[in-house]
Amino acid sequence: MSLDILMPALSPTMEEGTLAKWLVKEGDTVKAGDVIAEIETDKATMEVEAVDEGVVEAILIAAGSENVKVNTPIARLAGEAGAAPSAPAPVVVEAAAPVVATAPVASASNFADPEIPAGTPMKKITVRDALRDAMAEEMRRDDRVFLMGEEVAQYQGAYKVSRDLLQEFGDKRVIDTPITEHGFAGMGVGAAMAGLKPIVEFMTWNFAMQAIDHIINSAAKTLYMSGGQIKSSIVFRGPNGAASRVGAQHSQDYAAWYGNVPGLKVIAPYDAADAKGLLKAAIRDPNPIVFLEHEMMYGLEFDIPDVEDYVVPIGKAKVRREGTDVTLVAYSRMVGFCLKAAEALAAEGISAEVIDLRTIRPMDHVTILESVKKTNRLVTAEEGWGPMGVGAEIVARITEHGFDYLDAPPLRVHQEDVPLPYAANLEALSLPSVDKIVKAAKTVCYR
Amino acid sequence: MARARKAEASEGKGSDTGVNAFVSKEELLKFYQSMLLIRRFEERAGQLYGMGLIGGFCHLYIGQEAIAVGMQSISSKGDQIITGYRDHGHMLAAGMDPREVMAELTGRAGGSSRGKGGSMHMFDIETGFYGGHGIVGAQVALGTGLALANHYKGNGNVSYAYFGDGAANQGQVYESFNMAQLWKLPVVYVIENNQYAMGTSVERSASETAFHKRGVSFRIPGEEIDGMDVVAVREAGARAREHAASGQGPYILEMKTYRYRGHSMSDPAKYRTKEEVDEVKQTRDPIDHIKERLAKAGVTEDDLKGIDADVKRIVAEAAEFARTSPEPDPSELYTDVYLEAAQ
Repeated sequence: MSLDILMPALSPTMEEGTLAKWLVKEGDTVKAGDVIAEIETDKATMEVEAVDEGVVEAILIAAGSENVKVNTPIARLAGEAGAAPSAPAPVVVEAAAPVVATAPVASASNFADPEIPAGTPMKKITVRDALRDAMAEEMRRDDRVFLMGEEVAQYQGAYKVSRDLLQEFGDKRVIDTPITEHGFAGMGVGAAMAGLKPIVEFMTWNFAMQAIDHIINSAAKTLYMSGGQIKSSIVFRGPNGAASRVGAQHSQDYAAWYGNVPGLKVIAPYDAADAKGLLKAAIRDPNPIVFLEHEMMYGLEFDIPDVEDYVVPIGKAKVRREGTDVTLVAYSRMVGFCLKAAEALAAEGISAEVIDLRTIRPMDHVTILESVKKTNRLVTAEEGWGPMGVGAEIVARITEHGFDYLDAPPLRVHQEDVPLPYAANLEALSLPSVDKIVKAAKTVCYR
Repeated sequence: MARARKAEASEGKGSDTGVNAFVSKEELLKFYQSMLLIRRFEERAGQLYGMGLIGGFCHLYIGQEAIAVGMQSISSKGDQIITGYRDHGHMLAAGMDPREVMAELTGRAGGSSRGKGGSMHMFDIETGFYGGHGIVGAQVALGTGLALANHYKGNGNVSYAYFGDGAANQGQVYESFNMAQLWKLPVVYVIENNQYAMGTSVERSASETAFHKRGVSFRIPGEEIDGMDVVAVREAGARAREHAASGQGPYILEMKTYRYRGHSMSDPAKYRTKEEVDEVKQTRDPIDHIKERLAKAGVTEDDLKGIDADVKRIVAEAAEFARTSPEPDPSELYTDVYLEAAQ
């Protein structure tokens, strides 16, 4: 049987080329791998190799021919049975039905907060200890869970979040790393691919920019690229956002950055109960999690229900204060600012509803929408920059799903569009404040 | 103390007969089959690319076959392999189904990632193949993490992290070296030095071109090996695995090799001469090399014809499967982004 040799495409974009030179003539015998011709494109000269053996029966396109379209037969080989088929069998590609772009909501199986039986005692605990307890409880529960990062073991945590973990779990499960974020984040993902459940602590999320390639390219995308075979059950955690007077390189809020990436879940808790309940859920979750804490919150005390195994579902916002005139949406430290703003607004006769987003991705815009249906006014608050930010996403979603409910253009409160300055007065001017939130709320209320 | 041994130490052992205590005739025949499969598979992949059936980037392994095959021969059940984007040869050597690999290249539902990964992103836990990574150097940190998991579980397994002379200049490689030696992790770093990082020769990109010495400042031993000799690769691999598995930490093998094709299909390889390429093909070809060993062991060309025909059939079937497997269903667009939480 004879088979056609086709004009090959030599790059993803090549459509035609020049058949520059034949290196064989009719009657020659060729073997697989022999160079039989040279072709030229505007970019390069390339060799064409025979992919099967046989005798060159006919040369169909003469040397020097220009604009030879890809897949045109250029020669015919008298091959033996079982050789390469003569032409690509027509590939049946059915016109794909238009895909309805309903992006899946990465769902938690149970969206309700844990039920707290009446009479359950509450105890006061700092956010720092709530995070610590979450890790300790999950490490007791599952021996695949371990913690690695800078100063997490002997130093007891740069912010003391891992206090006493080394003593309880030993240095196999509480691992001090060198200062090498790119390397240890990648190793964490590799260990997760092999079935462990690492918690990777970054001393601050600012340093995780050294590791962002592994968080996104290795952790977030691999489940998809592997057709569901390789999972990365891993938690990346550490303080995020502005601390106090530490300058631009130590003060960034990354919620919008990671919130942009499919494959990641992004959590940013406000109080101690959520810090504990959401971190426990994050460690159990089979997906890669970005867990954004806040240095200024670590030392704050909150009431937390004194129950065993307090787990808060990922992906559900929480109404922290009910109101009727304006909806304030925030996450992490800014929730506290919004609650204070609501107090100030109440004094002026404005009833503000405060929603704590808790999870950035998946974003629970339904809870926000239900609130806006009632208040018809929306203000968002975040420590990050405004453009392409979390507030921008919230406003887009509410505009898409609740345009008719809005009585005023929504406003975003965020860091000013500059790197965070060091000088105390400039830093204060740059960051969101209770006053700025109050002002924005009054503006959308036309007050 | 770091050692930097030369290839002579392991080269040509038993070359009088082609076999030695370390490799039997049967094993040599198996290596021949495996190396030929990779070469014919890659040639066919190049052809399918030319036909427009394979899109995007496609990096062929032709010329480097002895490394994947020789290393695979010393791998134990449960060991893990991880590499960069020039990954087809490693997958075939590991035992992945050639049909699924080829169908992934054509972006079809029958592909190993169901068409969602492509040439650079394939995985198979069953055979211990952990990808298939498109970011140069990422596999070194990830592979060290696989070793961390083996260490943590105490399962006695070793991970093999393959990377090229180009990736060897990435910072995370040295971050990984440091931690691997510090914690004595069971990992073998296999540097496939094919002389060119895309179009840049090692002389133009590396201040120290002897890559097996790159671990010296971390106290990691390294060897330079003739990566065109499957038996030399196997012997060195066994030494390295023993070192890593016995709790002594990582080991570096620099495999001197050569890729016959361009960096990817769209690279005309103008940065090297035709004479240079021909010289390697004529004097160092890994398949010719093993044929010589087989001849010395008494195997004739005729004896190999059955293997040749087998390989031809396997590759033809893979190409046919890759051509006829349907494209992924549109509903696949939104699957495998997240796993459902079990709780």
